[in-house]
Order: sequence, then C-alpha cells, then structure tokens
Amino acid sequence: MTSTLTISALTKTFAGEKALDAVSLTVEPGMRVALLGHNGAGKSTMMKIILGLIPYDSGEVMVCGAAPGSAAARGQVAYLPENVAFHPALTGQEQIAQYLSLRGESPKLALGLLDRVGLHQAATRRIGTYSKGMRQRVGLAQALIGKPRLLVLDEPTSGLDPVSRRDFYALLDGLAAEGASILLSSHALTEVEARTDRIVILSGGRMVASGTLADLRRMAALPVALHVTARNGHATEIERALPGAIRVGAELRLTCPQDEKLATLARITGFGDKIEDVEVVPPSLEDIYSHVSRRDGQ
Amino acid sequence: MMTRILATAGTEFRIALRNRWVAIAVVLMALFALVLSAAGSAPTGDLGVDRLSVTVASLTSLAVYLVPLVALLMSFDAVAGEVERGTLPLILTYPVARVEILLGKLVAHLAVLTLAVAVGYGLAGVAAFWADPGAVSGLPALWRLGWTSVLLGATFLSAGYALSSLARRPSGAAGLAMGLWLGAVVLFDLGLLAAVVTDNGGWFTTQAFPFALLANPADAFRLYNLAASEATAAAAGVAGAANAIPLWQSAASVLIWPFAALALATAAFRKVTP
Ligand SMILES: Nc1ncnc2c1ncn2[C@@H]1O[C@H](COP(=O)(O)OP(=O)(O)OP(=O)(O)O)[C@@H](O)[C@H]1O
Ligand SMILES: [Mg+2]
Repeated sequence: MTSTLTISALTKTFAGEKALDAVSLTVEPGMRVALLGHNGAGKSTMMKIILGLIPYDSGEVMVCGAAPGSAAARGQVAYLPENVAFHPALTGQEQIAQYLSLRGESPKLALGLLDRVGLHQAATRRIGTYSKGMRQRVGLAQALIGKPRLLVLDEPTSGLDPVSRRDFYALLDGLAAEGASILLSSHALTEVEARTDRIVILSGGRMVASGTLADLRRMAALPVALHVTARNGHATEIERALPGAIRVGAELRLTCPQDEKLATLARITGFGDKIEDVEVVPPSLEDIYSHVSRRDGQ
Repeated sequence: MMTRILATAGTEFRIALRNRWVAIAVVLMALFALVLSAAGSAPTGDLGVDRLSVTVASLTSLAVYLVPLVALLMSFDAVAGEVERGTLPLILTYPVARVEILLGKLVAHLAVLTLAVAVGYGLAGVAAFWADPGAVSGLPALWRLGWTSVLLGATFLSAGYALSSLARRPSGAAGLAMGLWLGAVVLFDLGLLAAVVTDNGGWFTTQAFPFALLANPADAFRLYNLAASEATAAAAGVAGAANAIPLWQSAASVLIWPFAALALATAAFRKVTP
C-alpha cells in the first residue's frame, strides 16, 4: 500500500533560523502519529508545510501522492489549526454547513457532525458565544467532513475537558480503523502515550527521536523500575540482598538497566514465599521525553 | 465550482446582514437619494427635460462618490480581517480555489450593494413620478445608472479585496482603501483639471485627457451616464469632455474595469501566505 504522507530531508528556514532541519517521516494508512516537542520546536511549521500553507526550502513532501497544497491533496486532507478561529457572527451549524459545501458534501449533514462532537445543543447559537472548548469542537467537527485520508491536527485536545478528550481519542481510533492516517501534535504526553502508534520528537527543528513507544524505550535505554513488596518480616532481609534498593514502607524500590531486567527479576523470584508482589514499571513517555530533550540541551 | 462560490457567498451575506452592513448601505443610499430628490424639486421647465432625467443627473454625481465608498467600506476587511481573526489558514486548506473565495465574497457584497442601489434609485424614481407624470421618459437613464452603479461597485469591491490582500492588516487596509477613494474619486479629477488648465489646450488636453478619464472607472462611469442621458445640461465637472469621447469607449471602460480589478485582487490574494 502507498504511504499517505512521505517527507524526506525537509528543511525550512525563517529569516536565517532553521525551523525544520532535514526532517524525514513516513505515515502509512491507519497510522496515528504523535508529534512532540518543546514550544517553537517546529511542529506547527511542519504541519503548515504538509498542508501547503507555507513554502519550504528543500527536501521532498508528498501528500496522498500529490504535492502539498495541490487541489488533489487538499481534497483528501483535513486540518485543525492550533487556536482554531471562526467568524463570531455565524452559528456553529452555518459554519459547518459552509465547510461541507466546500468539500462537496450536503450542508444538511452539519447537525449530525456537531452531534458527533457533542455540540448539538449549541448548534444554532453564534460561535461568538461559544467557550474555548466549544470552538475547538467546531474545529474537530470540520476536520471530520468527508472521508479524509489524512488528518493533520495541531494540538487537537487543547481546551477540551477530560471526558471530551477521551471521546476525541475514541473518535480517532474509529477513523484510523477505517484507514485514515492521523498526524497530531500535543503537549499532553500521557494521553499520547496510550493512544498513538508512532511518536516523533522534534527539538529545535531536528527530529531527535521517532518510532513506537517500545522503540523509543530501547533507544533511550532508561532504567526500569522494580517495586518489590515483601511479606511480613522479610523486608529487611531482602533489602540487604538487593543492593541499591530503597525502602518505602513495606515496599522496596530499585532500578536496573533494561537488559538486566530479566536477571534481576529472576533473583527476586528466587526469594520465593518471602515476596508478596513485584511490579515492573517501564519508563514513561514523559521520562523518555525529558531524557531526549535534556540530551539535546533543551 | 458554483456550489463552492455560492456557499461562500451565502456565508458572507449572512455576515454582512449581522454586521448591519446591509442596513447601513440601504439606509445610506435611500437617504441620499431622497435628499437629492427633494433638493431637485425646484421647477425645471426651462431645462426642457423631465423630472426623472434631472434626478438621474444628480444621482450620477452622488453615486460616483457614494458607491465606491460603500464598496470599499465593505471590502477592505475581506482578506485582512480573516488574517487577523485567524480564519484564513483553515479555509485555504479546503479544496477551493482562491479566486472562488473572492468570487463568493464578491457575489455577497455585490448583492448588498445592488439592494442598496435598487432601494435608493427606486425611491428617487418614485419621487420623480409623483412630482411629474412625464418622468417615464427618464426611465432608461435611471436603468442605465442602476446597472453601471453595480458595475462601478464591483470594480471598487475587487479593488478593496486587492488592497486588503496587500495590507494583510485591517488598519492598513482601511488606510489604503480611504487613500484609493480620495485618489480615484476626488484628487484624480482635481489633478486632471489642474493639468488641463496649465496645458491650455495643448497636447495633454486633446490627446491624453480623454484616455485619463477612461482609465479611471469613476470618471468613465460619470462620463457614460452623462453622455448617454440628455441631461448633460444639469451636470458639472467633466461634462464638457463627455461629448468629445465616443459613448462605446466609456461603456467599454465601465464594463472592463470590474474584470480587471478582480484579476488584480486575485493576483494579490494569491501572494498572501497565512
Ligand atoms: N511566520 C514566521 N516567521 C518567522 N518565524 C517563524 C514563523 N512561524 C514560525 N516561526 C518560528 O519557527 C519556529 C517553530 O515554530 P512552530 O510554530 O512550528 O513551533 P511549535 O512546535 O508549533 O510550537 P508550540 O508548541 O508553541 O505550538 C519558532 O522558532 C518560530 O519562532
Ligand atoms: Mg504549534
């Protein structure tokens, strides 16, 4: 199958400052990719280039087999800008109806779309009276129009409440299951960790990490944490046998390098009945992210 | 293509309605038309023309100021306002050509302007008929004034879009629009007048002057309406020159300008990166 999005050696300079530096990325159908990075890392810039909104200096970008911003590409790509805005004098329904017409769909579908993002009640109110999260939902609704092959979502969950965030990711799962590719940027690492297939970390315009969460864990080679709960009375004995363990109540906490995880576990299980429970805590995306960022000097 | 233009036009018309632009334009035109009708209600027997033709002549000199003004006021915000609000990037990622976006706005704004012109001129016409049943002979002139006013409006709407694209900020676009209005409608004529006076019947007056008049859409509009109507006697300003220029030339200028202005606006809008 052909890739939905191919970027190779993409470079973009703003007034001598490199906003993107030789970034390469491929997104397959049905893949959910998270774009992470500090403020000013180049996430929004990369998205605008994919949409053909701004030109780039060098490299290659192919969107659904066409040049970014060409009519063919625009017909298959949906976009949710960061800080999405609409004319305050229009109602949600009128605005979505216009976007539907622009994509060649029936404007009558507007209410259904607003329903999908939980805006049914406010559909006939002017957008000027909406809260920030409600405006964000109008933005989401317009990104669902038609059957886009690629959704480019710039901080889609900003301003959404916790329940709406979960609903939003459920919506994305459905779209991805139907074969849509999704590229989203976010600063909320915990939600991205569980809900995306690929993670790309940008730092100062360079791609410093890319792959599945497991790939990143391997690459970062961060230590694994082990939480051992001893049975009554055995804690001190086990603590002595496990150098480097820190005692927190009845629990012993120790860390070991990724490749010594199994050996350490074997030693712990060797205590047999003296152990009540063992918990293995792999490094979280947040740990990996700070590790990568620190290494990069950000 | 048509559905995309009409969808944009529908949205823009709603916005114009809610921003009170429709009300403002209609009331403005109606008010000025009625004032002119009242002012022109002095006996006109000695001119030998009907009441409506006299009204049309004064409406022409009104429209030449008012129609470009209303058009520029409606259009200067069209692109710059979207840039400022942040609505432009999203719309540009839709499968819609930039010229279609401009055409949608133009259709909506032109509808507002046409409505205002129809109400204003309609009222003036009714007032003329009420005072003089013989006014029916002035109807063709009123009709001509109507459609040329709409075309003049289209020209200045597109000019407004072009300035809006060039400025990219509403405040800058407003300044440019006022500059264009002053330049095209007021200063241009003054400049020509000064040039003709100093030239004293030389090459400029005989060769360049007619072309200068045709090159300005506002002057071509006035020229065409005054030359085509019998009421040149009631006109002022460039009326003297009106007779020297063939009617088809001023008509051509009135017809070509809207397209030229739209082409300029499209070119300027294409250069806007959100
Ligand atoms: N139009 C522009 N002109 C000049 N510099 C720009 C422009 N747009 C972006 N930049 C610069 O490019 C860099 C990347 O910006 P970008 O908006 O892509 O960051 P981001 O990763 O989206 O950040 P955030 O998380 O804050 O949204 C920044 O240094 C920014 O200052
Ligand atoms: Mg950003």
